Amino acid sequence: ETGPREAPHFHMTMGNWLVNHWLLVLILVVWLGLNVFLFIYTFLTYEMSDKYYYTREILGTALAFARASALCLNCNSMLILIPVCRNLLSFLRGTCSFCSHTLRKPLDHNLTFHKLVAYMICIFTAIHIIAHLFNFEHYSRSQQAMDGSLASVLSTLSHPEKAGNSWLNPIQSPNTTVMYVAFTSIAGLTGVLITTVLILMVTSAMEFIRRNYFELFWYTHHLFIIYIICLGLHGLGGIVRAQTEESMSENHPHNCSESYQKWGTHESKCKHPHFEGHPPASWKWILAPIALYIFERILRFYRSKQKVVITKVVMHPSKVLELQMRKRGFSMEVGQYIFVNCPSISLLEWHPFTLTSAPEEDFFSIHVRAAGDWTENFIRAFEQQHSPMPRIEVDGPFGTVSEDVFQYEVAVLVGAGIGVTPFASILKSIWYKFQRADHKLKTQKIYFYWICRETGAFAWFNHLLNSLEQEMEELGKVGFLNYRLFLTGWDSNIAGHAAFNFDKATDILTGLKQKTFFGRPMWDNEFSAVATAHPKSVVGVFLCGPQTLAKSLRKCCHRYSSLDPRKVQFYFNKENF
Amino acid sequence: MGQIEWAMWANEQALASGLILITGGIVATAGRFVQWYFGAYSIAAGVFICLLEYPRGKRRKGSTMERCGQKYMTAVVKLFGPLTRNYYIRAVLHLLLSVPAGFLLATILGTVCLVIASAIYLLAAIRGEQWTPIEQKPKERPQVGGTIKQPPTNPPPRPPAEVRKKPSEGEEAGAAAGGPQINPIPVTDEVV
Repeated sequence: ETGPREAPHFHMTMGNWLVNHWLLVLILVVWLGLNVFLFIYTFLTYEMSDKYYYTREILGTALAFARASALCLNCNSMLILIPVCRNLLSFLRGTCSFCSHTLRKPLDHNLTFHKLVAYMICIFTAIHIIAHLFNFEHYSRSQQAMDGSLASVLSTLSHPEKAGNSWLNPIQSPNTTVMYVAFTSIAGLTGVLITTVLILMVTSAMEFIRRNYFELFWYTHHLFIIYIICLGLHGLGGIVRAQTEESMSENHPHNCSESYQKWGTHESKCKHPHFEGHPPASWKWILAPIALYIFERILRFYRSKQKVVITKVVMHPSKVLELQMRKRGFSMEVGQYIFVNCPSISLLEWHPFTLTSAPEEDFFSIHVRAAGDWTENFIRAFEQQHSPMPRIEVDGPFGTVSEDVFQYEVAVLVGAGIGVTPFASILKSIWYKFQRADHKLKTQKIYFYWICRETGAFAWFNHLLNSLEQEMEELGKVGFLNYRLFLTGWDSNIAGHAAFNFDKATDILTGLKQKTFFGRPMWDNEFSAVATAHPKSVVGVFLCGPQTLAKSLRKCCHRYSSLDPRKVQFYFNKENF
Repeated sequence: MGQIEWAMWANEQALASGLILITGGIVATAGRFVQWYFGAYSIAAGVFICLLEYPRGKRRKGSTMERCGQKYMTAVVKLFGPLTRNYYIRAVLHLLLSVPAGFLLATILGTVCLVIASAIYLLAAIRGEQWTPIEQKPKERPQVGGTIKQPPTNPPPRPPAEVRKKPSEGEEAGAAAGGPQINPIPVTDEVV
């Protein structure tokens, strides 16, 4: 008798995931396939093609590796700018209706795609550099070789033909070192510079640095401008040389390579071969994305210049600032985020904040917590209550959609720590929809789990739950929203206090009717309780929190979903808010 | 940018430089490039730098994500005391280590990155940052009955608590000193 954890059930849920994410998978597969195809195609061209025969004589297979990786670098450098054009992506999401639902998930994973492409760039950069190191070394050796081999003959080609500029070996004299060539050629200089800049961008974008020292990441990442310029210039100089068409008719490698000692003499029909370099090709790949990105930045600038009117400023406990604002033409959906810039604090920095208001309200709001330089200055600027309030600029809204959250009959919402913020928007919106009997709202019951160390910085959220609780009582709908608060930062004092006040109707810590729990939720118990209470429903599980929690929840969704598709089914949605 | 701990970024940069030095060194040595012995040096320097930089230091504010398995290297790096704590020393060390690798094209990228890491460490040192090891917090396991005070070891009649020699907290019950019972206050038998 197969239980829920065994093979057939696994396939079914894999299938579920695939159905929800098929477009994402498709994009990934196409991208990987494109890289593989370009690499292999270019590799074979340089490895097999006759016009590179003589070049290969000196360089070997390293030539093909260098060129194949170069093409992939061009392609990926083109792709990397596109996912960060967030206004363009938002526009795409908004326009076509097919786009709006199907493209949503992939478009919201734009940053993940950006990172993947960046990793690919790093890998290909490594291959490219290593291959070119071998290439330089081989050129140097064949220039210094005195053995009269084909390679050394080819390397000396510059002298008589200097006027025609048809040399093959960029190292023209035995005394020239590879170091000299590297730093006196455009390709070498731009190469060192571009790689250094790439490494700086990557080290400052490491998750640890990005999350804790966001400004460092933000400023250093603008080095990409140098990356783009160097990439465009890198191919100037035409160091990679192929035999010219004209030369191939006078000296075809198949016929003449054996008789290289007799080239140019009257004994043989073969003349000396002529070579030419390629014009740079990178700019063709990156021109369009650069234009798009410039347009994106202009658009951001234009949108940010739209006046933002601050309608209300609230200081919450634990230095949390709530700003309620209005902006012409602003429309949001639940769980989205905006970028905020405050010129009086920093001209160039834009910081992301999740919107905590519901779309049904006539303002939009954010709650700002002191978590670094910029946020602390920001809060201080509003605390001081100077008569002109600091001007702020807003870009957005962007991001993810938790519209799905309204589609489930039963919703299990889990917010951990700061992940609770988007749920403010979601819960408020659900409540508004419920009050207005919005038919789009299919939700009948919500189980909300709030897990945090201590409620200090989220006292405002507490407040929100309190007021929702009251409103539901007034409407007589007490069972609609069930929430549990789990305090993971408890100590024996708090626990003792709670035990002492066990009989009180409201919780002593939060003032809410529902009591606070200590420690982490036991998901097995919770899920089985929900499954028992709603044996025939489709339950949507939404998490905004850490990866480890996502794993446990996903496991529980698998475990407690019934094999019978008509009975209870749990669908897990992890949102990257 | 006042609250940035530059040393954290310098650490990432130095670790990356170490890896690049190793890679460049392997290429130069395996390909037997001209002056490949610089490549061999590069591998050794790269390994040393990676080992030194692998344990992340503790942030001044907030919690620090440890790198996987870093506690072993933390113990070793801690042993050198001020040599590894001080970022001026690290800045100079990295600068010196980078010089020989600068002679070879295959490893010069490592040199450039290491010099940059050295500069960032210098900046960190000027701002007074220091490397603090991330200590393992001793696991507070609630011992069953651990809060039950040490049962009395003296048989009655017992002198008052202040005079009684107090056993130290958390000592295992069985570790009480053996030996003949000595009453700290002379006890007289009042039975008549």
